[in-house]
Amino acid sequence: MRTAIKLAYRNLIGAGLRTWLNVIVLSFSFVVIIWMKGILVGWDHQAKNDMIRWEIGGGQYWHKAYDPFDQFTLAEAHAALPAAFQTEIENGNLVPVLIAQGTIYPEGRMQSILIKGIDPGQNLLALPTQKLDTTPDAIPAIIGENMARTNKLKIGDRTTLRWRDAHGTFDASEICITAIFSTNVPTVDVAQVWIPLENMRSMLLMPGEATLLTIRNPETIRSGPGDWKLMTVNDLVADLEAMIKTKSVGQSIFYTILLLLALLAVFDTQVLSIFRRQKEIGTYVALGYTQREVVWLFTIEGAMHAVLAAVLAAAYGLPFLIWQARTGWKLPIETGDYGFAIAQTLYPVYSAGLVISTTLIVMLATAVVSYWPSRRIAKMNPTEALRGKLQ
Amino acid sequence: MEHPPIIQIEHLTKSFPMGKASFTALTGISLNFGKGEFAGFIGPSGSGKTTLLNIIGSLDVPTSGEVLVLGNSIGGLTARQAARLRKENLGFIFQSYNLLAVHTVFENVEFPLLLLNYAASERRRMVMDALEWVGLTDKIKSKPPQLSGGECQRVAIARAMVKKPSLVLADEPTANLDAANSHNILQTMVKLNRELNTTFLFATHDDKVIGYLRRKVYLLDGKIDKDEVFPN
Ligand SMILES: Nc1ncnc2c1ncn2[C@@H]1O[C@H](COP(=O)(O)OP(=O)(O)O)[C@@H](O)[C@H]1O
Ligand SMILES: [Mg+2]
Repeated sequence: MRTAIKLAYRNLIGAGLRTWLNVIVLSFSFVVIIWMKGILVGWDHQAKNDMIRWEIGGGQYWHKAYDPFDQFTLAEAHAALPAAFQTEIENGNLVPVLIAQGTIYPEGRMQSILIKGIDPGQNLLALPTQKLDTTPDAIPAIIGENMARTNKLKIGDRTTLRWRDAHGTFDASEICITAIFSTNVPTVDVAQVWIPLENMRSMLLMPGEATLLTIRNPETIRSGPGDWKLMTVNDLVADLEAMIKTKSVGQSIFYTILLLLALLAVFDTQVLSIFRRQKEIGTYVALGYTQREVVWLFTIEGAMHAVLAAVLAAAYGLPFLIWQARTGWKLPIETGDYGFAIAQTLYPVYSAGLVISTTLIVMLATAVVSYWPSRRIAKMNPTEALRGKLQ
Repeated sequence: MEHPPIIQIEHLTKSFPMGKASFTALTGISLNFGKGEFAGFIGPSGSGKTTLLNIIGSLDVPTSGEVLVLGNSIGGLTARQAARLRKENLGFIFQSYNLLAVHTVFENVEFPLLLLNYAASERRRMVMDALEWVGLTDKIKSKPPQLSGGECQRVAIARAMVKKPSLVLADEPTANLDAANSHNILQTMVKLNRELNTTFLFATHDDKVIGYLRRKVYLLDGKIDKDEVFPN
C-alpha cells in the first residue's frame, strides 16, 4: 500500500500538465461547492434572523381567518383581544398588529396597499415605530425603502390614505411619512404603510381589535385561545425554507454538472492511461505485481487527483472562502423585488460538516471513476500488454 | 549436466486461439537449464522464442506439458503465486528497456526492492551496488528520456539484477543497440553471470549475442532444432 501510494504519487507528478489540469478542475469543484452551499446556509441564517427581527419575533398568534396570501379575507380577519393576552400586551411581550386594505394616492396615482397598525412604543420588532409618536397634523406613517422607492415617497411627504371602516364605509385622511426604514424583509416593506395602532383602530371603528400578535419569547408560547391560532417560528419560515430548498436543488444541479465535468476529465485520463501505458502495466506485472495490484495502483493514482485537488483547493480556496465570509457576496440583482427575505449582500456560512462531506464526496467519486476503467487491467493478457498490442 | 536444474520443461506445447482454430507456437519442447547457465533461444522471427521465455517467466501458461521453474509448476500457479515467483526470483530485460519514464534511474532500479519491502537504507545500498555493476552511478538522478539507448538498457540490467535473482530472462536485449553498446551490456551480463552465478536466458537472433552464449538452443517453427553446449 505504501509502495503503491509512493509509486502513484511519482507517476502523477511525472505526468505533469495533464495531472495539474485535472487537479485544477477538481479543486475548482471543491471550492465552488463549498462556497455555493455556504451562500445558501448564510442566506438561510440571514433570512430567518431578519424575519425574526423584523416580523415574526418568537412566533405569532393569527386570527383564525387571517391568510396573508388572500387579502380579501382581511375584512373578517380581526377580533377583539382576549383578556388572556392583556398582561402580556401591557408588558410588551405581545405586540398586536391590525391589518386592513387601503389605497394611497402618491403623485395622483392610485396604489393599493396594506395598512398595518402597530403600537409606537413596541420594542420587539426592529421597525422604527417610535417615529410614529411624532404627531404632525396628519396620521404619522413609516414605510420601507422599497415602498418609498416604488411610490417616490420621502420623509415628510404627505399623501391621501383611503380605507373602509368596519361597516364598509369609505373614509380618507392624510398620512405623513415620518421614517423610511431599510430591511431585507419584503413582507414588512412592499406595498404597505405602518401607522399607530390606536389611530387605525379608531379609523376602522375596531376598538381593541387586532389581526395578529407577535410573541416575544418562544418559551411563553402556548396554544392560542378561541379565535387565535398559534403560528410557531417554524410555521412562519416554512415558505422561506421551501424556497431555499428549491434554490438548493437548482444549485446542486449546477455543481453536480461541474463535478461531473471534473470527474469526466479524470475518467478520460484513466482510460487514456490504460491504453497508452500498456507496456508499463506489463512491466509492473513482470516485476512482480499481480494484475489486481496494478488495478489498485491505477485507482490510487486516479483518486490521488482528488487529494492533490483538496490541497490546492485549500491553498487558494481557503483565503477566498474566508474573504467571502468576511465581505460577503453582493447579489448582482436588486433584491428588494425578490419577494423573499434576502439581503443584497449574502455572507456564506461554512460548517465543518459541509467541508468534510464535500471532501469525502469528491474523493469518493474520483476514486470510483478511477477504479471503473482500471478494472480492465485485470483482464489484460500481460504478454500482450508488454508488447503494447492491445486494441 | 554439471548444474542443478532450475528449469525443467517436459513436452511443452503452446497454442493461441485464432478465431475458431488455434495457432500452435511451440510444439513438444523438452529442455532443462541448470543454475548459472548463460544460454539463449535462437531463431528467426516468429519461431516462438518470446513465447517460450514468457512461459518460463510465468507471464503465460503452457497449453500442455510441464514447466517447472525453481520447483514451481508454471501451469498450476495462482496469479498471486506467479507474481511472487517473479518478484522474488526472476529478472526481466526487454528489447525496449521498459523503464518507468517519469522515475529517475535510482527509482527505476529501486522499484523491485520496494516490492520486496526492503528498508530504505538497504535499498539505497543495493541500488548503488547494482548501478556500480553497470557503471551508471553518476546518473542516479537522470530520467530515462535523458539517457542513451545503451544507458537505458544498463539501467534495465541493474533493475533486473538488483535483487540478485536466480534467473534473468532477456528478450532481444540488443535489438535497439549499436554494436559497441551491445558488446558492453553483454560483457556486463557475462561478468554478473560469473560473479553472482545468476542464470541468464536470452531470446535473440543477433550474432553479437549468440557469440557470448555458452549454450545455444535453436528454435524453428516452435520446435527445437538444435541444442548446442560450449564449455568455456
Ligand atoms: N498472443 C498471441 N496470439 C496469437 N499468436 C501469437 C501470440 N503470441 C505469439 N503468437 C504467435 O506465435 C508465434 C511465435 O511468436 P513469438 O514467440 O513472439 O516469436 P519470436 O519471439 O521468436 O519472434 C508467432 O507466429 C506469433 O504470431
Ligand atoms: Mg520475440
